[in-house]
Amino acid sequence: MEFSQHLLSILIWLPIIGGAALIVIGDDKDAASSRAGIMRIAALAVSTITFLLSIVLYVGFDNAAIGMQFVEKEAWVPSLNVFYSLGVDGLSTPLILLTTFITPLVIIAGWDTIKNRPAQYFAAFLILEGLMIGVFSALDALLFYVFWEAMLIPMFLLIAVWGGARKDYASIKFFLYTLCGSIFLLVAIVALYTKTGTFFIPALMDQEFSFAYQMWIFLACALAFAIKIPMYPLHTWLPAAHVEAPTAGSVILASVLLKMGGYGFLRFCLPMAPSATIFCMPYMIALSLISIIFGGYLALGQTDIKKLIAYSSVGHMGFVTLGIFLLNDQGLKGAILQMINHGITTGGLFIMVGMIYERTHSREIADNSALGMIMPVYVTFLGIFCLSSLAFPGTNSFVGEFLVLLGAFKKSAVIGFLAIPGAILAAAYMLRLLQRMVWHDSDGHAHHHDASAGGEHAHKLTDLSFRELTMVVVLAFFVFWIGLYPAPLLKIMDASVAHLLQQISAAGAAAPVDPHAGHHSLLEIGNWFKQVVAL
Amino acid sequence: MQVMLILPELVLIVTVLVLFAASLKNLKGAALSRIALTGTFLTLVASVLSGCASGTIFAGAYQVDTLSQLIKFLLCGGLFLLFVMCRSLSGIEEEMQSEFYLFLSLSTLGLVMMSSAVELLTILVCLEISSYALYVVISFRRSEGQRTEVEAGIKYVLFGAAATGISLFGISYIFGLTHSTYLVDISAQLPKLLQHEPMAIIGMVLMLTSFFYKLALFPMHAWTPDIYQGASNETTTFIATLPKIGAAALLIRLVAMTGTGITEFTWVLVVLAVLSMTFGNLAALVQDDIKRLLAYSSIAHAGYMVIGLLCGSQLGMAAVIYYIAGYVLMNLACFVVIYYIAPGGENIGFDDLKGLHRRSPILAFTLAAGAFGMAGIPPTVGFTGKFVIFTAALEKGFYGLVVIAMINAAISAFYYLKLARAVYCQGDEGEVEKIELGFGVKVFGFLLIAAIILLGIMPQGLMQIADQAVAALL
Repeated sequence: MEFSQHLLSILIWLPIIGGAALIVIGDDKDAASSRAGIMRIAALAVSTITFLLSIVLYVGFDNAAIGMQFVEKEAWVPSLNVFYSLGVDGLSTPLILLTTFITPLVIIAGWDTIKNRPAQYFAAFLILEGLMIGVFSALDALLFYVFWEAMLIPMFLLIAVWGGARKDYASIKFFLYTLCGSIFLLVAIVALYTKTGTFFIPALMDQEFSFAYQMWIFLACALAFAIKIPMYPLHTWLPAAHVEAPTAGSVILASVLLKMGGYGFLRFCLPMAPSATIFCMPYMIALSLISIIFGGYLALGQTDIKKLIAYSSVGHMGFVTLGIFLLNDQGLKGAILQMINHGITTGGLFIMVGMIYERTHSREIADNSALGMIMPVYVTFLGIFCLSSLAFPGTNSFVGEFLVLLGAFKKSAVIGFLAIPGAILAAAYMLRLLQRMVWHDSDGHAHHHDASAGGEHAHKLTDLSFRELTMVVVLAFFVFWIGLYPAPLLKIMDASVAHLLQQISAAGAAAPVDPHAGHHSLLEIGNWFKQVVAL
Repeated sequence: MQVMLILPELVLIVTVLVLFAASLKNLKGAALSRIALTGTFLTLVASVLSGCASGTIFAGAYQVDTLSQLIKFLLCGGLFLLFVMCRSLSGIEEEMQSEFYLFLSLSTLGLVMMSSAVELLTILVCLEISSYALYVVISFRRSEGQRTEVEAGIKYVLFGAAATGISLFGISYIFGLTHSTYLVDISAQLPKLLQHEPMAIIGMVLMLTSFFYKLALFPMHAWTPDIYQGASNETTTFIATLPKIGAAALLIRLVAMTGTGITEFTWVLVVLAVLSMTFGNLAALVQDDIKRLLAYSSIAHAGYMVIGLLCGSQLGMAAVIYYIAGYVLMNLACFVVIYYIAPGGENIGFDDLKGLHRRSPILAFTLAAGAFGMAGIPPTVGFTGKFVIFTAALEKGFYGLVVIAMINAAISAFYYLKLARAVYCQGDEGEVEKIELGFGVKVFGFLLIAAIILLGIMPQGLMQIADQAVAALL
């Protein structure tokens, strides 16, 4: 049993050590040398082994158990009661699987397109993977924070070193924005420690704090997570970071990093500050709805494909936060599922953008229009991911979005109706994108097969290579699998979601919010909003 | 054995005397640096050997305890590392090289003695020994015609003299109130005096001025940028590290006298900490000269350290020791890069850092470790230090203060990131000239990186010793 006792540690440290080894032995002088080839094969091997090990985690995971599994606990800083403690439950396991699944794909995505310092590039992804798994499996709040923050460094370097034209601006904006949020998370974590004397997350969940204390904890944590996920009005770092990051960086950013915000809400805000969560629910729902509609509306106006997908992420993440703060079974499950779906679909879309950018060196929709005749395989997969993104029935997002909407209507018809335009907007901007890229040719700028403008381009635009095909096929497979048969994933979360809901409803029943306990002006707006919602 | 108690001091005095002899013979180059290295290494060994010693000598004016021995170890270690790092002395006037070693060792001697001094006049004498030696060294820089080093030297003298004067004035108040210059006697009366006697608060604040000056805490910070910029890279490295260790140790002793309660004196420190952090970080944002930037960042870090001090708790004081140890490592990491980028001993700006990762990967990584560490990003010692200090402050209920400190940490991240960005993300085009480093320097850089990360991941050992060191004071 030695192995499964340390499975999480292995999952975290294998990629980190692998990445560190790549940096040490890496030779970055020549990207085309055979040594560079060995580097990327090693990186792929490490990430694949990690993925296979995570399957062991999936197989060994007991769906029925409520508590943490695969628990490890070692003393780390005894004088401060800090432990190196790891464990997973139904909320974190799907996200760990998503992380280990996406990482080999992003390594393939950067296979031979990265000419500049390839060994360090692959090392950054491996280290990032380990740290992300660490975030999802840490059971000690300080350990969580260390992973959470340490992750900024490789991501910052990924954008800053291998990014696009405005990488300086985007990388610093990303770093500072996230740091500003997470410092308040640290204050909250330490405040919890000074109050309870422990950093152990499950122990912190069992505490009953006063309402005012919960409010502070909730607000401090929510700020960090709302920036990460990102939620309107804290989303402005996302388009910049997405557009300037290299393809694989965008994929990992969209697929996994954003999910850390949602995971944080589920792990910290909801169980540790349940009364505050119930109190803040209307505002969070309002912000989610604004994110959904605002993100969709902005996506509609973009001409840059990457920007369009970035803003669509804001909208999709709005569905996730909406689902979380509906605080009912369907909403929560829908939110978690939607996190996975967004990881697969948007990851797929960013990979597609990366492929076309390598061919035409433009991310403008107008420069990449009418590809249908030249690249049939490419546009087929583009179509699949676009349809998935707009939650077409039969694809993965449909299930998630449907669950969230179901939860929304169950809570209140008004919320449901307000969320619907978001779904319609998604259809509008995705179909617009798809239509322009596949068929549209009216503006005459589709230079690549315009005989007079430059017929030679037509020969340059080759369809997908085998390497590219493997990535999108794997992703498309999951699009349909989750779309048609989401039960295995939903089963993992059943017990944990039920437990979480029970914690919140217990707190709601035990300590009903006292409307005269301060926060008067906030409360009035809250009551007003509740009246509107309860119509 | 009484000798064991002051073994490091004795060895250091011998080193100073040998260096004095060397300066009379006007020794230069490798032979000189060998003498200096041997002497400081022996001092370091002596500080380790006497690490567990404890006792009181010189009629109770000189106390050897865990705190003093830990600080002595840090000081001797720091001096040794500094001499290892600056072996070439490229920024120092040729004929002043032996004096450079002499005066820095002498200054360290003052600091080493200061860490054991528990009587106000002894403290003052030790402080002056360390300051006077330093006043001279600043103007040893190889002149570039601008004579900025002389300006810096004079500024340091004037500020230092003023600070000492103010301190003496404060000491007279404290003496008047308590009729004693022994810390033991004072600490028995001070907590009560602070409750109802405004003069005690004024006296304490004035008395601490010299140490604020050494630590570069607002409002005694004004000398920092000019002197960092004007002094040679070697001297600046010294000023940025060792006197701060000494000042922090003394501040721990003196603030511990005030007791654990929160008084007006605590709030004075709160105000100073906030102003120091905010001013330092905001001013650092716009600096181009890396040494000036580090000067302003040191003002900000002084503010963080004072947060630990003003908690008055064991955790807070221990956190200050941990923080200063980490801070010295991170500062050395930055200065070793500055030193080796500028072979002629000139000041460097952001432009000189561009493309450093291609010129020398190990230096680039050293600077990145130092910068991310000072920004407080895990898993570095800078993060753990801030974390422990903030934990101590929150335990005392200083929520607002910690939030301000956190916002400051976020502001500071910007200019530290600018360093990392210049090193890794700029200057990718064109041919660059590689920086040739000796094997020793590479090992030195690697050890600094390892120390910054390992001390951050495994703080337990140092924290435990620091805990023991301050436990006796409270």
